[in-house]
Amino acid sequence: MALLDIKGLRLAMTSFDGETEVLKGIDLTIPQGAIAGVVGETGSGKSLTGLSVSRLVPTPPGRYLGGRILFDGHDMLAASEEEMRALRGTRISMIFQDPTTNLNPAFRISTQMVDAALAVASRDPDILSLPATARRRQKRAVARQLAIEMLGRVGIVDPAQRIDAYPHQFSGGMRQRVLIAMALIGRPKLLIADEPTTALDVSVQAQVLALIHSFVVDRGLTVMFITHNLGVVAQICNEVAVMRQGEIVEAGPVAKVLTSPAHAYTRALMASVPTREMKRGDLSFSVDPVEAAV
Amino acid sequence: MSILVVEDLVKHYTVRRGWFGGAAETVRAVDGVSFVIDSGECLGIVGESGSGKTTLTRAILGLERPTAGRIVFEGEDIHALSPKALRAQRARIQMVFQDPHASLNPRMSVRDIVAEPMEVHRDVLGLSGRQMTDRVAELLELVRMERGHLTRYPHEFSGGQRQRIGIARALACNPRLVVLDEPTSALDVSVQAQVLALLIGLQDQLGLTFLFISHDLAVVRYICHRAALIYRGKLVEDGPVDQIFDAPRTDYAKTLLAAMPDPDPGKSPFWGPAAQGKIQPDSEKGAP
Repeated sequence: MALLDIKGLRLAMTSFDGETEVLKGIDLTIPQGAIAGVVGETGSGKSLTGLSVSRLVPTPPGRYLGGRILFDGHDMLAASEEEMRALRGTRISMIFQDPTTNLNPAFRISTQMVDAALAVASRDPDILSLPATARRRQKRAVARQLAIEMLGRVGIVDPAQRIDAYPHQFSGGMRQRVLIAMALIGRPKLLIADEPTTALDVSVQAQVLALIHSFVVDRGLTVMFITHNLGVVAQICNEVAVMRQGEIVEAGPVAKVLTSPAHAYTRALMASVPTREMKRGDLSFSVDPVEAAV
Repeated sequence: MSILVVEDLVKHYTVRRGWFGGAAETVRAVDGVSFVIDSGECLGIVGESGSGKTTLTRAILGLERPTAGRIVFEGEDIHALSPKALRAQRARIQMVFQDPHASLNPRMSVRDIVAEPMEVHRDVLGLSGRQMTDRVAELLELVRMERGHLTRYPHEFSGGQRQRIGIARALACNPRLVVLDEPTSALDVSVQAQVLALLIGLQDQLGLTFLFISHDLAVVRYICHRAALIYRGKLVEDGPVDQIFDAPRTDYAKTLLAAMPDPDPGKSPFWGPAAQGKIQPDSEKGAP
């Protein structure tokens, strides 16, 4: 059964020049346990699709013209803000490109993770496995243990010591691990990862991808992986949707879409990626995807 | 013939610990790097964040005084030059920056942006305002933009077009060496392909020498003749790109190549045929 089912999603954004349709009827289905890549170039609407699922597109300036987002039986566009708050963190979590701006530099990692755990526990008390009547101090202690466990799970060495560090004492890759730990502390079903490895070095990127993959295999997590990097999609995703100008031009299993692309735009995109076998000046980019799109 | 020789370049920074100047610590940003760039070639410098790429470039541009070692450009040690001679020298080394949104002044027209280096080096080039405008128009055509773009402003252009403006500006003074600091990492793949093709075309047409800094190995293989890998301030491996990519000698080169995401799903370490053994995420070692 599909965990996420988007049908005919249309979103318009208001700017000085009037209203522009930025999502023009998106149809996207993500089955339980899949790593579904959403690829596209700047302005294709891939991030807005991700933000729409967790209803984080501010309205106004955004306005939904039509369509439906069904997530785990919830109609996301009809849900009240209160219902959405209950879903975020416990059922849907997000991680973003820049791990530095998503951590507060003034607080220890421990404070930020414990706060996240307590916020999630206020919706879903099972997370801490404490009775609702438990004392605050007791809750914090259990939340801290949970945070340490999660940090260990994402591969931070000596988590019990490192948890009291400040964000600036961690490297970029470690910060992204902390954010993944924080996103997964509420045991969500769906992780929306918006360019999670773009700011990282290749070797660190490989580690973060392996980490996300291990959560999918071991815990049945479902991932919507938003990226512009086709190489990363080929590595980690098993499903992919290619977006251009607010539309999905092609979708299907990665092995099929990337090895025998049906759409001219997908072919043009694949043709513009330099691979390690290519020699100087080898790149064929006879089809210009950007100008062909306008 | 070599155009730039870097000999045992060392740059250390002293970082003070504590508020009252406690024990000083030395950061070895660049720690004994030597290499040569021949005229007309493209040398790629590859390294991860914190490896010393930026410090190295700043030293080559004469913006940073090395702790030890020499940088010889066209037979002259650039850190031994008089300030006046250094200024003249700078017209011959130009730079293209990573972020085309941040490196163009939003209040200047394209004409003024591209003419600025000619303005700065007026004493060397001796061009009048009219001649500069003509030269800017010529440069715009060289980077496949239109003369009509002269009076426009950066915000009217896409990322790829802005990067072309940055390239036109770097070529304004007829430099011998162009330092390109991740010129395509902020661009979409299709635009990146166009900019790379433009750079290769310009290099062949004008006989330029490129120092190409990048962390993207596929791009380096694509545009460079030779590559040098640096890790923690030291040069780990250098040689022709074919040799580094097809027969890497050091473990670091092998690790980097293995981490390159290949756009062929058949080579996925997670789902492809190679994924039989389970991959565990490596834990990160040591302090940041």
